[in-house]
Amino acid sequence: MSEWKRVAPLEEIPRLGSRVLDTDRGRIALFRTGDDQVFAVRDACPHKQGPLSQGIVHGHVVTCPLHNWRIDLASGKALDPDEGCAHAYAARVEEGVVWMQI
Amino acid sequence: MKQRLVLVGNGMAGVRVLEELLELAPDRYEITVFGAEPWPNYNRIMLSPVLAGEKSVEEIILNDAAWYQERGIALHTGDPVVEIDRVKRRVVSASGRQVPYDRLLLATGSNPFIVPVPGSDLPGVLGFRDIADVEAMQAAARRYRKAAVIGGGLLGLEAANGLMANGMEVTVVHLMDILMERQLDATAARMLQASLEARGMRFLMETQTAAVLGEERATGLRFADGSEIEADLVVMAVGIRPNIDLAQKAGLYCERGLVVNDTMQTFDPRIYGVGECVQHRGQCYGLVAPLFEQAKVAANHLAELGIARYEGSVTSTKLKVTGIDLFSAGEFNEGPGDETLVLQDPARNVYKKLVVRDDRIRGAVMFGDTLDGTWYFQLLREGADISDFRKTILFGQHDLGDAGHGDETRVMALPDSAEICGCNGVCKGEIVDAIQTQGLFTLDEVRAHTKASASCGSCTGLVEALLASTVGEGYEAQPSKKPLCGCTDYSHEEIIRAIAEQELKTMEAVRRFLEWRTPDGCATCRPALNYYLLARWPGEYHDDPQSRFINERAHGNIQKDGTYSVVPRMFGGLCTPDQLRAIADVADKYQVPEMKLTGGQRIDLFGVRKEDLPAMWRDLSAAGFVSGHAYGKALRTVKTCAGKAWCRFGTQDSTGLGVRLEELTWGSWMPHKFKLAVSGCPRNCAEATIKDFGVVCVDSGYELHVGGNGGIKVRVTDLLTKVDTEEAVLEHCGAFIQMYREEAHYLERTAPWVERVGLSHIKQRLLDDPGERRALYERFRFSQRFAQHDPWKERAEGKQAHEFQPLKITA
Repeated sequence: MSEWKRVAPLEEIPRLGSRVLDTDRGRIALFRTGDDQVFAVRDACPHKQGPLSQGIVHGHVVTCPLHNWRIDLASGKALDPDEGCAHAYAARVEEGVVWMQI
Repeated sequence: MKQRLVLVGNGMAGVRVLEELLELAPDRYEITVFGAEPWPNYNRIMLSPVLAGEKSVEEIILNDAAWYQERGIALHTGDPVVEIDRVKRRVVSASGRQVPYDRLLLATGSNPFIVPVPGSDLPGVLGFRDIADVEAMQAAARRYRKAAVIGGGLLGLEAANGLMANGMEVTVVHLMDILMERQLDATAARMLQASLEARGMRFLMETQTAAVLGEERATGLRFADGSEIEADLVVMAVGIRPNIDLAQKAGLYCERGLVVNDTMQTFDPRIYGVGECVQHRGQCYGLVAPLFEQAKVAANHLAELGIARYEGSVTSTKLKVTGIDLFSAGEFNEGPGDETLVLQDPARNVYKKLVVRDDRIRGAVMFGDTLDGTWYFQLLREGADISDFRKTILFGQHDLGDAGHGDETRVMALPDSAEICGCNGVCKGEIVDAIQTQGLFTLDEVRAHTKASASCGSCTGLVEALLASTVGEGYEAQPSKKPLCGCTDYSHEEIIRAIAEQELKTMEAVRRFLEWRTPDGCATCRPALNYYLLARWPGEYHDDPQSRFINERAHGNIQKDGTYSVVPRMFGGLCTPDQLRAIADVADKYQVPEMKLTGGQRIDLFGVRKEDLPAMWRDLSAAGFVSGHAYGKALRTVKTCAGKAWCRFGTQDSTGLGVRLEELTWGSWMPHKFKLAVSGCPRNCAEATIKDFGVVCVDSGYELHVGGNGGIKVRVTDLLTKVDTEEAVLEHCGAFIQMYREEAHYLERTAPWVERVGLSHIKQRLLDDPGERRALYERFRFSQRFAQHDPWKERAEGKQAHEFQPLKITA
């Protein structure tokens, strides 16, 4: 059963950047977009398991650093014409604190 | 309320306008489309493979019915518009539909020109224009054996080839003495004819058709000289006529075509025209690339952005006949005052001709080996000065030094199983299939769908050639002005200029001033803008780590498993026992799984966890090392040979000079990586002539070489000049680097940059005017004041700590 867990204050994630979080389900990347939303995605590109957390964030998309696949942060899905999905987790910001459901 | 847009003509040009328009202004219009044919929009230039049986009709559909539905577009196929009422602003269709419009777009295309000879209206006489024609030809091929194609141009030869593939005996009847006289010179045309004859195609040249014979149906042709041939099927492929009946009936001004201005408007400003039906600046176009350029402009104005203008197109041609490589562009027949460069090799069946005037390409014809056609075409469109490489231009850009895809130059002659892209393992068959079935027209689209040439790019020429050959005249060459990325329409040059002239000093300012389409750019433009701002405003612009590719943000090279590699700087490739011991200690302490010597005379430590990087850097920093920038678009290494101190052949102190050069240049950010080398004598053991800047010492001084590359495509340097002192070497090197930093496009190595701007341009600025050289050198030294801070030391001391520390769940 997954539950909401407090992760960190929002300011600990750089805007248009990310932090990684090690959990018992593996490494999860937390992204903060330009509009200060936070998204959580498993830190492995569906293509060749590149660490998405190390990619460049733009809009609500991250570009994988290994082979430039673009992953939609909300769904974890690869954008056209590539196909695949990195698992996305629910995340939210409440009063300046990041929470995620795991 | 939404405005109403009606598109008359459901073909490639009209629907391309809708696609572009929906990108720019998805909600502006309620859209209705009328098409005369019963099909949704299909890829007309793929009719040849359909005729030849290589593709089905379904495979060449570009926009299926669902596409229209999903976008709320009302589509009426098989229902041509028969009347435009410009007063009431509505169209009337054959079935009686009346649809009002606020804006009307005419894209009615063209009709095949049927030669008005007796019998031309008999059954069995066809054009080659649409799916119905193809189906009729295939039906005829099942019943009859003999076909005649009137017209030995592009379309006629493709039709003839397709009919032969359907098992027919085909005779091509041509009025002129050479085939494709609008695209080929006599030599290339004869080579083409011989190749087609070898496949069994027959030709009647300089032959004028007088009549189609037959009572119920075509049975043959009679010619002006009285001779006759048998033919159960006659295909007229002598040309096309813009289809302007509807426009003329509506009183719109037409000449040969429907006349439009640079914003694609007809004389009625509510009515736009694009495609084969229009005439722009006296020209009608029958190729797809210009139509797409027109579509972009029309969409821009329909979206009321109002900034685009269509100024005409220069076109190139590739013949889509399987196995034949043929290319032509521009003025391929020389006129008075033109010079021709010719390479002809009968044994290899290769012919290349360039028509040149004032060191600029005016036209090109190629047969056999057409790989460099796209390159010549680009030079032609840009009006580039070819004097710097004129002596080798006929051998092509791809003649020497490419790695990763063998030495193939005849792409159409290759089997489908031939590997084109050695990085991603993509074969010719996969690329051709993707182009045909996905409806791809640009290199970027092919890269996105197949990954071919999307990694190192060395096979780009081959992929472009495949694209051009597969879509034939539809190939969209790289536009002469290429936008930086999808976020903007502005080119690298325009952006660099705006940053300087408008004194734009933040990324937001650039995006605002140049009207970026995205709020925070993309993975392509952000690193580029970050670099341009950093290079233009040293000390003022603050580097944005989030706009750096990960290697530069983490100051190490990311490896395939997510670990990093660490390369400490060793100036000039020199080292001491203490330094080596310190590196060995660091490797032990952090359990580095592998160490390797690099080609640039440094030591690479592989497999370091990101979390360990700052501590490791602290230890290296304590031992006197700084970052080697082996990860960056930056000054990499200065490679040296032993030099005068030890070598019995050495003429100068190459190691000492190498150290001085590296001390001058380390830490500087560049458009791309930058490598130096200093060799102590012409034996050139440091391989200086394949570096971005190479010094070859000679007894009387120092030869300076620029623009070399030892990677994807080996390029030997050009000699810049020779100088007498080490001080002069430093000044020339700094000035060259600064010029490259200021002028080159982001991610452009010196080799393509030197080829693009020309060595003479570089010599002019660096050699002809010592004052300018010194000013460049001073600007470089000024920017180095802000660049030569060791990023490793700063991070070991805590800068950007969040980059290296994972988060932990706290509750």
